[in-house]
Order: sequence, then structure tokens, then C-alpha cells
Amino acid sequence: MCLAVPGRIVALSGNRARVDLAGNTVEADVSLLESPQVGDWVVVHAGFALEKLDEEAARETLALVRELASRGRDGRSVTR
Amino acid sequence: MSLDSYRDPRLVDRLLDQVRGILAGRPDPLVLMEVCGTHTVAISRSGLRDLLRGTVELRSGPGCPVCVTSQADIDRMVALARLPGVTVLTYGDMLRVPGSYGSLEEARAVGADVRVVYSALQALQMVDGTDRTYVFLGVGFETTAPGVGLALEEARRRNLKGFSVLSVHKTLPPALRALLEAGTARGRSSVQGFILPGHVSAVIGRQAYDFLAREFGLPGAVTGFEPVDILLAVRELAALLCRPDGAPQVLNLYPRVVRERGNPRAQELLARVFEPATAEWRGLGVLDASGLALREEWADFDAWRRLGRTAEDWLAERGPAAGAVSGCRCGDVLRGELVPPECPLFGRACYPGRPVGPCMVSSEGSCAAYYRYEKRGAWS
Amino acid sequence: MSASAHARNRPSRVLLAHGSGGRATAELIRELFLPRFANEHLSPLADAAVLPRVLGDHHPAASQSGSDPPPGQTLGGRLVLTTDAFVVSPLFFPGGDIGKLAVFGTVNDLAVSGATPLYLTAAFILEEGLDLADLERVAASMASAAEEVGVAVVAGDTKVVEKGACDGLFVTTTGVGQLHPRATLGPSAVRPGDRLVLSGRVGDHGVAVLSCRPGLAFETTVRSDCASVAPLARALLDRLGPAVRWMRDPTRGGVATVAYELGGEASLPVLLDEEAVPVSPDVAAACDLLGLDPLYLANEGKVLAVVAQDSAEEAVRVLNEAGASDAAVVGEILPPGPGLLGRPGAYLRTAYGGTRPLEPLEGDQLPRIC
Repeated sequence: MCLAVPGRIVALSGNRARVDLAGNTVEADVSLLESPQVGDWVVVHAGFALEKLDEEAARETLALVRELASRGRDGRSVTR
Repeated sequence: MSLDSYRDPRLVDRLLDQVRGILAGRPDPLVLMEVCGTHTVAISRSGLRDLLRGTVELRSGPGCPVCVTSQADIDRMVALARLPGVTVLTYGDMLRVPGSYGSLEEARAVGADVRVVYSALQALQMVDGTDRTYVFLGVGFETTAPGVGLALEEARRRNLKGFSVLSVHKTLPPALRALLEAGTARGRSSVQGFILPGHVSAVIGRQAYDFLAREFGLPGAVTGFEPVDILLAVRELAALLCRPDGAPQVLNLYPRVVRERGNPRAQELLARVFEPATAEWRGLGVLDASGLALREEWADFDAWRRLGRTAEDWLAERGPAAGAVSGCRCGDVLRGELVPPECPLFGRACYPGRPVGPCMVSSEGSCAAYYRYEKRGAWS
Repeated sequence: MSASAHARNRPSRVLLAHGSGGRATAELIRELFLPRFANEHLSPLADAAVLPRVLGDHHPAASQSGSDPPPGQTLGGRLVLTTDAFVVSPLFFPGGDIGKLAVFGTVNDLAVSGATPLYLTAAFILEEGLDLADLERVAASMASAAEEVGVAVVAGDTKVVEKGACDGLFVTTTGVGQLHPRATLGPSAVRPGDRLVLSGRVGDHGVAVLSCRPGLAFETTVRSDCASVAPLARALLDRLGPAVRWMRDPTRGGVATVAYELGGEASLPVLLDEEAVPVSPDVAAACDLLGLDPLYLANEGKVLAVVAQDSAEEAVRVLNEAGASDAAVVGEILPPGPGLLGRPGAYLRTAYGGTRPLEPLEGDQLPRIC
């Protein structure tokens, strides 16, 4: 039900966008996004774009994960 | 921005190790509940539930919108499908859920026009200019409801009078509240923290769950659906719970998609089209302000307002409803009080090929997930 | 009627009359099917094809190696027979069509049974109103596929049903082949320790057909892998002989369902390694998008073979040389025993080190795909 995957907007026409995921293209309604642009990464669910993907935030999460992964087994501290 | 990093087995391995380290020495496993069908499946399919067994118990709650649809609502859907001149448009998962008078699939087999669609926007394209009434079954949480809102606004713009929606949409926070207020303790342990759904949260925002910490003293973590996302949540919740001091909090571990206040345009759309209403949840009963009903201004697109009287007549002709099949424990499973293999029907009288209740029918149901992905005989 | 007048009156769609057995049927066969499938066995248009003598397994030639027999001498070996029906919708999909599927599907069944495909029959059920241009395309595609493999379509039939009684076009085929002299395939040949070898990437056909499903608003660069696996199967048998225990082409239900069936037929535990199964990135992305599992998607140009442990690496090399560049060892047969992984059936080792049972595909999750 919550199935949604990240893709990149490759074409935009009014409220309709074509979103690409590694060679697969879906159409999505982008009315719920704040000024969508071609090139934006978005999460698509059931024919509409739910949200834009914040690439900066994505990097931060991965950095957090990697940092945790580099700790020993007793790296107990809470990170935030 | 591929998903690969979030699936990296080495990261998964290290995070698992961390979790075990943090929780080492505790006599009982930590009990965490997730409330999203997509999380249920992701956890089972990746094997995480099994890998964490003994350290963390990952329990499923009322997170599958198909599963929490009440028997009465299913019966209404079947009744609508059986009316002449009506086409029912539905997500595939709803097709085989058994009601008191059979399922939508069975209705189709005796001539009802029931068609599977992938979205409300797609459903809109099927409306023709004839007298036929098209009823889209609006099942879902806050992730899905905005799409239905978009379809309704489009229907109004294009004056598609044949289109209508039966809204049985539900909102998640009231269900969490009801679950906790009932205060059910299951045997020796009850839920100690929540893994919160990434895409519902994209709409409602992280702060929608602060009440978990404030009112119930429980921590939560909003997270995505890949194994690394889920383990990160488990790890952070474990670390929070092991702190000797400190107040519980609700973390946002999915900041790439979830904002503090969610998606304001989606929320405005929901407010334009829907309003909170009483809703009946399988397993939780009738909960105030837990459903999304079409607002008065949208009455002409409300399937029940248009056809409800006739549908009620159809139901009345059939005599009293049988109620849920005896022996079905879906309600207990949805409250997290029963793990699917503990149901006496699991794997015997009830399996995906011949399901008794919606938890085994839905592709995101707990019972189906356990049946397909969890090792037989590993639980006791 | 003059030739030009006749041409003007030629229908562009299938009519019920085409199935009556009378003039219209004869014209359809003569003008549409025969030019494409012409061979000495089909052209007489008799009710059955009388084929060259195929020798039984007592003939000395049957015990020789797999090399071609001396000129003038027919092949030795046992007869292998198969039948199949094709109801794929839509008729034309990226990378193929129902005709190509019918030929390769049947040829592949013969090939994985250890046979060299020799002859096919094709029976068509046509829906009234089907565009004859589409039927021509399908026939041309079948002929081309048959030629590629070196099989002849030696008998056929045509029926027409009223509009709505079938979905455009259905094809039923029967295939005849001759067993490879070194083939000793069967579930009883499978032993603990044997390895599973897959000839290439999975999920392509399933995704290609699904992308045509109306309403999905989903376009893809993925194309069906529809192809003959006869050269691959033959190469394995030529080089490895009895070290090849069992083969199957993972069509509907995918590799997972085949692994499950193997476990049941051989009464042994079969372990599939999720990380080792090759999947191309666009198929993987499509599966993410649609919530599908590539292990359960249909393939129309792949072989899953069980080979002796010592021959597994060589099997991959043989397949590479035969053109299957993504061939890989993807699992093994476990020893039977009292534990959870000792029971007959199929299991998956997940990317994260867990193992879980593999169930066969339940229900009809996809549209008709083969």
C-alpha cells in the first residue's frame, strides 16, 4: 500500500510528469509538489508524486548509517 | 539516488551486530511494533524478523488498510457491485477479501462488473458518458487518500458525473492511540516502541506522532522500507530504550522524504475533499475521527449517498449478516496480540490459496507475509 | 471471378467462415500459412504428417556419442513429445509475439527434456474479427523462429470462434524431438551436493508483457528474452553428459516455482541463493516499482540446470561459450535430514544471510503471459 519508489522527473507538462527509474518510465501527477522541475528526484505512489527526495538528507542518513556501521559492537550512544 | 546502499548486506550485518551489542544481557527481547503493511512484508521478505529473533521481537499492528476494512464495509462493497448499472473499480487486493455475502471476485463470477485498477486517477479514465455509475473503492491511509482527492478534483473539473468514490479511508494516529489506550499487555510484554510508516508520514509529518512520547511515554522512529532503513530504526530505538535517563522521543530517520510537518499541499487537499469521520476498524472496533469521509460539497461524488439506499435494500433482502468466519483471528493479529502462526487456522484451513480472513488475502497482510516468508517451525 | 476482383473482395479480418472447413478455410491456409511454413511434410496438406523413420533405442546408433550420424543414416535415440498452449495477451509485446513464443516455448520444452527439436504442429483458434494482418505477422514470426531453430511445422489446424469467445488468437502446439544419446535426465538423477546453474538474467519476459497491461501507465526498455535454449541444452549435454541431472525452462511462476517443483519431484531440499540470481538493473527497478519479485516472473529464453558439483564451473563456461554470458551457479541441492533445511522443498538464502522457505507462485498475479 505504501509502495513507492524514487525516480527522476524527465519531462513535465502542467501537472503531469514522466518519471524515470533505471529505464522504466511512469506517469505521475505532481500537483502535490512544491515547484517540481525536470531533474528532481521524487517518490511516486499510485499515479502521483508524494514528495520530492531531499538528496542532502539522503546523504546524511547514509553517512549516519556508515558511521554506525564502523563502530564496534558496543557503540551504544544515541546519535541524535 | 539508487536504493542499493539501503540494501547493502554489509551495512545490514553491522547494524545487526550493533543491535545485538546494545541489547546484550537483557532477559527478554525488545518488543517493537510496526504499523505499515509494506514494513510487514519488507521485514519478513528480507529475513530481518528471523535474524532479530531473540533480541528484538518485531510485531505487526493495524497497518494494512485492506486488512482493517471491516466486514460491514466489505458487505457494502459487494452490495454496490451487485447493483445493476454499477461498475466497481478496486485495487487488486480487495478482490478476494471474504465478506458475509462472498467477495468481490465471487460477485464478478455471477455477473457483477468489478475491475482492478492501480490508482484512482486510472479509475477516472474508465468513466464513459453512459448512465453507468463507476464506484471507486477508496481503501487506504494518508498515503493513498491524496491521490483519490486529486481524482475527485479532476472528476469535478471534467464534469465526470459517472464517477463516485466509496471512501473507507482511515487515518493512522487514532488507531495507534486506541491500541495504546486499550493497554493490552500480551503475556509478559507489551509494545515498547514503534517503527512508523515512511510514506504515511510523508503526508502527515514526524510531529503527528509526538503524542506517543508525550502521552504514552513510548518512543517511535519514522523510517523507510529498505532493510538498512528498518535496522537503523531498530538500532536507534534500542539505543533510546537502553539509556538510563532521557525522555522518549519520536525520531525522523527518513528525512529524505519525510518533513517535520509533512506535505502541506497534500494535507490541504485532504482537508478540501475529506473530513474526519467515525470509522469501523477490523480488530479495533469503531473509532471516532479515524476515517476520512467525503465532505458535503462532494456529496454528488459520494457512492454511498448516491446508491446506499438501494445497496441497503440488497443487503436487507439477504437476511442477517453472518459475521466474520468463526475461528478467524485477524482482529487479534491486527492488534498485535497474536502472531499469525499462533492462529489455529494458519497454514491449515487458512493459506493464501484459500484464505479465511483479509490478513491472509492481502499482499500486505501479516498472515500472508508470515506464510510466504517466515521459516516454518522457527516460532514456538 | 477475375484475379483483381477477388483481391478486392479479400477480407481483412477473420470471419466465422474461415473456420468452417470450406473454401474460406482452404484459402486462409493456402494464402496465409502455407507460403510461410512450406516443407515436404506440410505441403500435401494431409490430415497428418508422415515422417521419416525415427529409430528406437535398440538401434546401434542410439548408443553412439552426440555427433551427427553419417550421411544417409537417420539419427538414433528415443522419441520425445510435448504439447503446449499459448494464450498470451497482448499478442505483440516488446521482444516478441505469440507466434515466436509458441515456437520457442515448445522447442524449449523439448530441449530441456534432452531432445533435439525436429517437428512442430500448430493449431490456431482465431477470434472472429481478428485483423488478418496481425495473423500474418504472427505466422511470419513463427516461420522465422522455426527456421532459426531448424524445426519444420508439419501439421496444423485452424478454427474460428465467435467474437468474444477467445482473446484474439490462441495457439496449441505439439513438438517432436529426438533424445540426446547422452541424456539421462530426471528427478531421480538429482543428488545432494549437485549445483543449480541458471543460463542468464531473469524477469525480462514477465516485465515486458506486464508493461503492456492497460492502465499501468508504465513504459519500459525491458524486452522479452524469448529465444531458443536448444543450443544451450545441447552444449551442456554434449560436453557434460550424465553430469547434467535435470533441466527446466523457468516460464510461468519463474525460477522460484521451478525450484519448488524440483524439490518436490526429487524429494530433496533445494537451496537458491538470492544474491547469485542475475537480474538486470532495469528489470530490478521495474520490480521495485510494481512490487514484484523477479524470482517469480516468467522467462522465455532461460534454462535452469542441475549439474554435478564438480561440473558446475564447467557448465557455466559451456554456457558462456554457447552465448549465455550471464550464466551463473545460483544454488545447490542439500542433503536430506531432520533439520528445517533438510526437508524436501525449496529454500532461499536471502541477501542478509537468513534462509526462508520458497513457496510456489500462488494465484494469478499477472495477466496471461505465455
